Amino acid sequence: MAHFTKATSLHDWLNQRLGVDTLNRVLATEYWIPKNINFLWAMGMILAITFGILLISGIFLLMYYQPNVNLAFDSVNYTIMQEVGYGWLWRHVHGVAASVVFLIIYIHMFTGIYYGSYKKGREMIWLSGMLLFVAFSAEAFSGYMLPWGQMSYWAGMVITNLFSGGSLHADGLVEWIRGDYVPAQAYLNRFFMLHVLLIPVAIMGLIGLHFGALRIPHVNNQDGEEIDFDVEAKKYLAGDKANSKVIRFVNDFLSKDMMVVGIYLIFFFYLVFYHFDFAMDPVNFDPADGLKTPTHIYPEWYFLWSYEILRPFSTNVGLIAFAFAQAIFFFLPFLDRSPNAVPASRRGLFKIWFWAMLVDMIVLTAMGKVPPVEPFGTIGFYAALTFIGLWIALPFITMLEKKV
Amino acid sequence: MKNSSRRGFMGKAFGAVAGVGAVASLYAMKRSWDPLPSVKAAGFTTLDMSIYKENELVVEKWRGKPIFILKQSKEMLDTQDKNMSQLTGESTGAMDKKRLIKIGDDHFLVCVGLCTHLGCIPGYNADEKSFLCACHGGMYDDTGMVTKSPPPRGLDIPPFKIDGNKLVLGESSPEYEKMIADGVTLKV
Amino acid sequence: MKELFILAIVTTFTLVTYYLVEPFAHANMHAHHESQDFTYNDLPALTKKGDVTRGKDLVMGAGACAGCHSIKVADMPAPMDAVTAAQSYGVNPPDLSNAGAVYDAKFLAALIKNPAHALMLENKYNEKTGKTFPMPQFYGAGGDIDQEIADMVAYLQSIAPKEEELTANEAFETACGRCHAVHYEYNLDDKLHPSWTQIGEKPTFKHKQDELAFETKVLDYQDSLTKYLGKLPPDLSMYIRSRGEHFLSTFAENPDNYLKGTAMPRVGVNAVAAEKVIEHLADVGDSKRHMRDSIGKNVMIFIIIFAIFAILWKKEVWKELH
Repeated sequence: MAHFTKATSLHDWLNQRLGVDTLNRVLATEYWIPKNINFLWAMGMILAITFGILLISGIFLLMYYQPNVNLAFDSVNYTIMQEVGYGWLWRHVHGVAASVVFLIIYIHMFTGIYYGSYKKGREMIWLSGMLLFVAFSAEAFSGYMLPWGQMSYWAGMVITNLFSGGSLHADGLVEWIRGDYVPAQAYLNRFFMLHVLLIPVAIMGLIGLHFGALRIPHVNNQDGEEIDFDVEAKKYLAGDKANSKVIRFVNDFLSKDMMVVGIYLIFFFYLVFYHFDFAMDPVNFDPADGLKTPTHIYPEWYFLWSYEILRPFSTNVGLIAFAFAQAIFFFLPFLDRSPNAVPASRRGLFKIWFWAMLVDMIVLTAMGKVPPVEPFGTIGFYAALTFIGLWIALPFITMLEKKV
Repeated sequence: MKNSSRRGFMGKAFGAVAGVGAVASLYAMKRSWDPLPSVKAAGFTTLDMSIYKENELVVEKWRGKPIFILKQSKEMLDTQDKNMSQLTGESTGAMDKKRLIKIGDDHFLVCVGLCTHLGCIPGYNADEKSFLCACHGGMYDDTGMVTKSPPPRGLDIPPFKIDGNKLVLGESSPEYEKMIADGVTLKV
Repeated sequence: MKELFILAIVTTFTLVTYYLVEPFAHANMHAHHESQDFTYNDLPALTKKGDVTRGKDLVMGAGACAGCHSIKVADMPAPMDAVTAAQSYGVNPPDLSNAGAVYDAKFLAALIKNPAHALMLENKYNEKTGKTFPMPQFYGAGGDIDQEIADMVAYLQSIAPKEEELTANEAFETACGRCHAVHYEYNLDDKLHPSWTQIGEKPTFKHKQDELAFETKVLDYQDSLTKYLGKLPPDLSMYIRSRGEHFLSTFAENPDNYLKGTAMPRVGVNAVAAEKVIEHLADVGDSKRHMRDSIGKNVMIFIIIFAIFAILWKKEVWKELH
């Protein structure tokens, strides 16, 4: 039994039992962050806040949502949107946040790629981040099923059909996933379970892992400079804040985070109240009808690049390309053969690779939305080939990179 | 020093603004918990009082609760003075009359069919003209007054409004307010 | 400075992606039709000034309208109940009390003279298909047919509510309600309005049998309607969100624009009634829009203040760090 003395204050009482002072130092006031950063470093905080927004708005939706194929659509579009006090607000917030979170995820991901924040000890941050991307994707897909509109139903039909594996004809697997021959009650209920319990719990665990993976390597900086955190911390604590290369997480980094969050929320709430059709597609305001396919089916924007890699090829080839696209980002730290952990602008061919990849993914996204008529079909085909080509080229490009 | 106190102020000011947002969000959350308009609208039941027969208990529904409608026969009205309260040892006649609702020439007992003891539904015996609650043996007379313990008070009367031949439950009226004032029932 | 440059790049790529995925893609997927402002340019202009009294005589007499149509406001009951009428004609002939306010006068005149033509259903009802439209053409009562028709239209307009009196709900029920159900209840002016079925508002029932009897009647009517049209017209509860104002307006003006060969007739609403119909659909499917706008304004003001305070705090904290 540890030695406890009579507490001198509430603070002392908590400190003796929970070590709040040590926690405060390690996680907040002496969690040293490089000073040489830009606003892109705030994307992590924005993601945490957006996830929090999704959780809270989700709680109020959960109070009234009915996971029954006959009741789901009206429980959302009548009860929540038009009866519940501020129900429309939670629904709009939840739908817009679910879409915007992926914009921030992509910005966050590409920031990491640009600055080399997946290398030299930071591989676990990258991998746990990619797992978070997969988890968020699953969460978004399962959530989209719930309103049980036309897009919910047909997206469910199409995506679960992927698991038949083309020529493998694994129809039994598809039926097992659905719990029925088509997306029906069993399907809706299990995706409700995934969306409300299993995946959020997984996400929270992965966030913990992601934060934990960050602690030892420390946050990266704009120049990829290797900082001696002990030396710089000493400078800061001695009073020389201006010359120190580090800042505290609380309040230094946090205040900059909050500034970016404030500006982000202006953009976010503008979308929630005035410009939300991109996040709540009109097609999904038609109740699900298994006997009628909408004229145009498409996934939410953040899945479009992936969808477009599947589309232009024949069934089996497309499925292989699609699987490749899902997995390949995980391998980035290992495919990048260069030792340089500096911004892409200083990495020769990798700089071109970066911008080519970004532009290619935007082209894939755009082509994934439009009907596969000409010239879009051809553009999409070549964009998909470019994607695969870029990844194959990566090890070679980076092997040739001069050490900076 | 000037700087750090200014920073402390700005931080607190920002915190206060964030707090305002938090409070507004809490208000919206509270409103989301409120009963829905359709629930509140269903809080009114209209009864056509012309369909009931004397000394025949009919159970209607109001706000999910059973409602006893017992049309009083002439015999029931005449013998009211003879009912003795087990609690006071006196005639319950005066109180009995105040519990009834007069619609046209008819008198009705309209009360919540839940025993005021612990909430079971008492049964009505038309021959004995009394209610018996099977759970703990409590009894009431044909106007809902307690005649045998353990119920602490007579069967509660819901807010009502007389509308010609109809009775609207859930809406108050001067007649109901008078019942409350006379101590005939607690507000439901 | 560098940060602003980075922000500009991020913003540009985001906006380019948005443009391609939303306006660009949707323009490629959906045809856009301009509104004709309900001028019905294909129909002949009215040339005669109608006389209300003569019109009433014709509507009640030689026009034979009352043989199928009720006119509640003139105490003329329907010859058959809705379900039986639908079984006989395919659809229930509408009550004419509001017709003069809801439909365009040119359209009404053209309809009386040649219903299938005004309704743009001639591809279905012509000599080749051998199908006759349930409502017969008016061949005149012996005099100047155009004058007679103008008189009938004048009469219908005289008994109809004034523009300001016509409620959004009435406009919808008259123009669309015989074929389209709207099962969402809606709150308007502190009153909860019940579901709308093709045979009228759904009443509240004490006994389950009565409720089931009513629902059976609705289903019977819907069966006749499906047989008549080939497909049951959809419930419109959420159409304001799934289709939007512009589509609904231009669709009502001419359904054939969007659905070639559709069984839905050109409705013939005038511009005012069209606006009211859409307002009704918004009341049913997007009833919180006003609250959304007003709260949105307050939230935007608050969040800008929030951002300003955040910026000020950051500046204070970073003063000694730079």
